[in-house]
Amino acid sequence: MTIDWKQYASPGCYDELLDDRSQPRAASRTLCEYLASLSDGDLRERKTAAELAIMVMGITFTVYTEGGSIDRAWPFDIVPRIIPKHEWDRTDAGLKQRVQALNLFIDDLYHDQKILKDGVFPAEVLAQSVNFRPQCIGVSPQHGIWAHICGSDLVRDKDGTIYVLEDNLRVPSGVSYMLENRVVTKRVFPELFEYQRIQPVDDYTLRLYDMLVSLSPRPGDAATVVVLTPGIYNSAYFEHSYLAQQMGVELVEGSDLEVGDDDCVYMRTIEGLERVDVIYRRIDDLFLDPEAFRPDSSLGVKGLMRAWRAGKVALANAPGAGVADDKVVYAFVPEIIKYYLDQDPLIPNVPSYLCMRDKDREYVLANLDKLVVKPANESGGYGMLVGPHATPTERKRFAELIQKDPRNYIAQPTLSLSTSPTLCEGQMEPRHVDLRPFILSGPSTYVTTGGLTRVALRKGSLVVNSSQGGGSKDTWIVDTEGF
Amino acid sequence: MLSRVAQNIYWMARYVERAEDTARLINVNSNLLLDLPRNTTFGWLPLIFIVGAEDLFFEKDPKRLADENNVVKFLISDRDHPSSILSSLAAARENLRTTRDAVPQEAWEQINGLYIYARDHLPTRRGRYEFLRQVIRNTQQISGLLDGAMSRTAAYEFVHMGRYLERADMTTRILDVRSANLLPRSGQPAGSPQEPADQSQSQSQSAPSDRTEQDPFENIQWMSVLKSLTAYQMYRQQVRSRVGGPDVLKFLLQNDSFPRGISFCLKQLDCSLRTLPRSDAALATSAALQQQLNTAAVPDLAREGMHEFIDQLQIGLGQLHASIAKTYFEH
Repeated sequence: MTIDWKQYASPGCYDELLDDRSQPRAASRTLCEYLASLSDGDLRERKTAAELAIMVMGITFTVYTEGGSIDRAWPFDIVPRIIPKHEWDRTDAGLKQRVQALNLFIDDLYHDQKILKDGVFPAEVLAQSVNFRPQCIGVSPQHGIWAHICGSDLVRDKDGTIYVLEDNLRVPSGVSYMLENRVVTKRVFPELFEYQRIQPVDDYTLRLYDMLVSLSPRPGDAATVVVLTPGIYNSAYFEHSYLAQQMGVELVEGSDLEVGDDDCVYMRTIEGLERVDVIYRRIDDLFLDPEAFRPDSSLGVKGLMRAWRAGKVALANAPGAGVADDKVVYAFVPEIIKYYLDQDPLIPNVPSYLCMRDKDREYVLANLDKLVVKPANESGGYGMLVGPHATPTERKRFAELIQKDPRNYIAQPTLSLSTSPTLCEGQMEPRHVDLRPFILSGPSTYVTTGGLTRVALRKGSLVVNSSQGGGSKDTWIVDTEGF
Repeated sequence: MLSRVAQNIYWMARYVERAEDTARLINVNSNLLLDLPRNTTFGWLPLIFIVGAEDLFFEKDPKRLADENNVVKFLISDRDHPSSILSSLAAARENLRTTRDAVPQEAWEQINGLYIYARDHLPTRRGRYEFLRQVIRNTQQISGLLDGAMSRTAAYEFVHMGRYLERADMTTRILDVRSANLLPRSGQPAGSPQEPADQSQSQSQSAPSDRTEQDPFENIQWMSVLKSLTAYQMYRQQVRSRVGGPDVLKFLLQNDSFPRGISFCLKQLDCSLRTLPRSDAALATSAALQQQLNTAAVPDLAREGMHEFIDQLQIGLGQLHASIAKTYFEH
């Protein structure tokens, strides 16, 4: 039996490929018709081909369990998610606007703190931020940019509106999967790329490299760039090594680097010590430098902060950038955009209730069964309460947590995340998706074409994180005009 | 190239070579014993001496029996013995695991696959030969893959150096232990260890030149030395004399065309070092060692002083390793 799109029904959500009469949307017509022309056997064959490609290419991610960590094959759905180009252009502009404002905000916080003095951003929120680093006060990184690489999560609600769900300004991951998903899809459906204008994604690593080079404290000379990884046991190690390889730079661990008496950073090579200009670090702030942060960190480099403050090395992202990567700060982003750019946000925030505000907190506590509650500084979907799916005991526990530490929680209405057709045991079924585009900020700003679409593979699930049963899809930005 | 990466792939190559050499050693010894008289107790203990693990072997139980079962188990699968085949493969895999990008993907898959095979197929007495053959075949496949797919950049040179240093080391160990049993020492007659009491021994004392003809068992032991290094055929082609102690030693020490011989190994190390930066100190060590090797009068040493000479070689190899480590890994 081949696919009959009329049998496909998204459960009251916006579907990325089909409209509410189960007709393919303009940009996805070619794909949907093509898929419907395939027999079950064909489809199975394509799926197997994709799995094989993933295995052969060694695309893995690491999962922590109590018994240790294991490499798992990257779960991938062969049906792409499609966004029409004219819609994407708006999102692209909105993301640039957002990241530009966030960078101005971070720079301000570590210098004059005008936004506090003007009463737009409450000083007590900053005072309680766990990601504000006093060690960064007064430092002026190249171009005034702190968050060079940002991954913002976008979701679409029932009415088709796209919202920013959160910004990841510390060490966002996933971009390697975005790139590899495209490679796999090209292998599985080469014919589809012939008949439509699907925007390419592959120049990301070149853009990343150029941006990193632009941060070098020794402009003019050939810059030595490295990727700093916590090591093979990190869940994103595949990505670290992938990016290093694609950029043709060394993948280093903390023990490979040292800071000299001249405050310069050197790596230990077989040729001797070689000066490093730019470090794309994939280690959290607190582990970067035992001299400045956690003294027990063996992942970092002693003296790295000293070198960075002295302007002898560039760090991307800059330490302290995570101050804007806080779900309470998130709630203020519309005001932040208005304050620094005097513009209205092009992409709205999900309405958020700040538990630190008495009125909001009362509302949240009274409506826990309808809301999603998030801790201010967790990522990866950990420590969240999805009200409608939670048990009364879980809700009660969260009510206590909120009362104990209101600053640490925000709540948002449960969105009906959009769905996209996903191949589940031979059937095309709607599954919830989100989207993580990556934004590079240097002398200019670049947004990936599309981004990483993550999909909740379990029926009805809203959790898209790969550590919790999520998978991913290739994301196509399709130009339908004049074609 | 990062020092850590260089160090990891150097050790990866050493461990792969070690697994192969150990597998060869066990196989040849098994074969040799089948040819020796039944009542000889010469047996498996020399293998423990060859790998230099006597302390470890007897650590838990000084009276531990060095019989086939115990020794083979110790050499193949003992996880507490860091140079057992299984431990070596695990170490090779672990070294590569953290630096996978430095070698072709297939090599990682092979090493990973071989480790899993060895872990899951620990042999019975009957399956042992096949198991060891698999280990040897697979390690050679890995070496072939690395040779055939790696650009001749620094990464390859560290693979190369690790392999040849380990191989030279193993060859000296085999020569040391075997020749200690086969060559006369301090005026004592040579002979099969712990089993000198047959007629040919007393005759050989008075007529050493006839020994190979008088003692077929000694003869086959020298053959086994050659065979453990896959050197028998090449020896026959190049030396064209009967298999005798001094000739075998000369071949394995000084012949620079046989790839498991010490001279060949040192030449390879030298070549690699010449392509690497900052190699002056290591090259000097290497040159001294080659000089020492090439000027040695092997037939004289075969009569007296072989053990001391090989000791010197091993110290030299240790110095060469230390020099490589100091220059490239530890600064």
